[in-house]
Amino acid sequence: MIRLQREDFDPGVELARLGEGDPTIGGVCAFVGLVRDRSPAGPVTAMTLEHYPGMTEKALARIEAEARARWPLEDVLIVHRHGRLTPGERIVLVATASAHRQAAFDACQFLIDWLKTRAPFWKREEGPDGPRWVEARAEDDDAAARWRGDDRKE
Amino acid sequence: MKVLYFAWVRERIGVDCEEVSPPAAVGDVGSLVAWLKSRSEGHAEALGDPGRVRVAVNQEAVGPEHPVGPGDEVAFFPPMTGG
Repeated sequence: MIRLQREDFDPGVELARLGEGDPTIGGVCAFVGLVRDRSPAGPVTAMTLEHYPGMTEKALARIEAEARARWPLEDVLIVHRHGRLTPGERIVLVATASAHRQAAFDACQFLIDWLKTRAPFWKREEGPDGPRWVEARAEDDDAAARWRGDDRKE
Repeated sequence: MKVLYFAWVRERIGVDCEEVSPPAAVGDVGSLVAWLKSRSEGHAEALGDPGRVRVAVNQEAVGPEHPVGPGDEVAFFPPMTGG
């Protein structure tokens, strides 16, 4: 399931709902991304997440389908916020449920790595010197590319 | 043809969306970029470095050789930084 929203989410509530009542699930793996108070460019007082309505949902659905094709997953949840957030706030929740822990761990990491580089979200940080757009990082591309079968178009 | 701009591409061009009617010779993303750059200094600056701008046609990421036509939705944006 995929949700885009301005509001915060409760990871406990979300995880309790994941795969609820499915006795084949042996493990749930979750990643929660938070706004940091600093970045490589300097201190961060707030961050605005912009997205491309329509395309973002499609891109996330494709990323979820790719994860489900690669690992035996019973359930997948991606909740991504947009709008203006301040340090300490939650940005994203990725959670995977599977019969076995390894699939849940790997799929969770895959989802966040691909989300960083393939879902149309852009971050604009505010700091003491004014606003600045966050540049894409080579480490994120490297993290996404290490998953075999990478077919990214450049 | 509907053209959308996001993040710093939108800020440099000054609008988030515009309806354009390029000449018939504009048949792919590469020639559309060249034509859009002639529209204003902001367009030329925002789209000047192809290595820094990504393109989607009808909400699918594509390369410069991808065809474009009158009914398409074309979007330009920087590399993605979500999550």
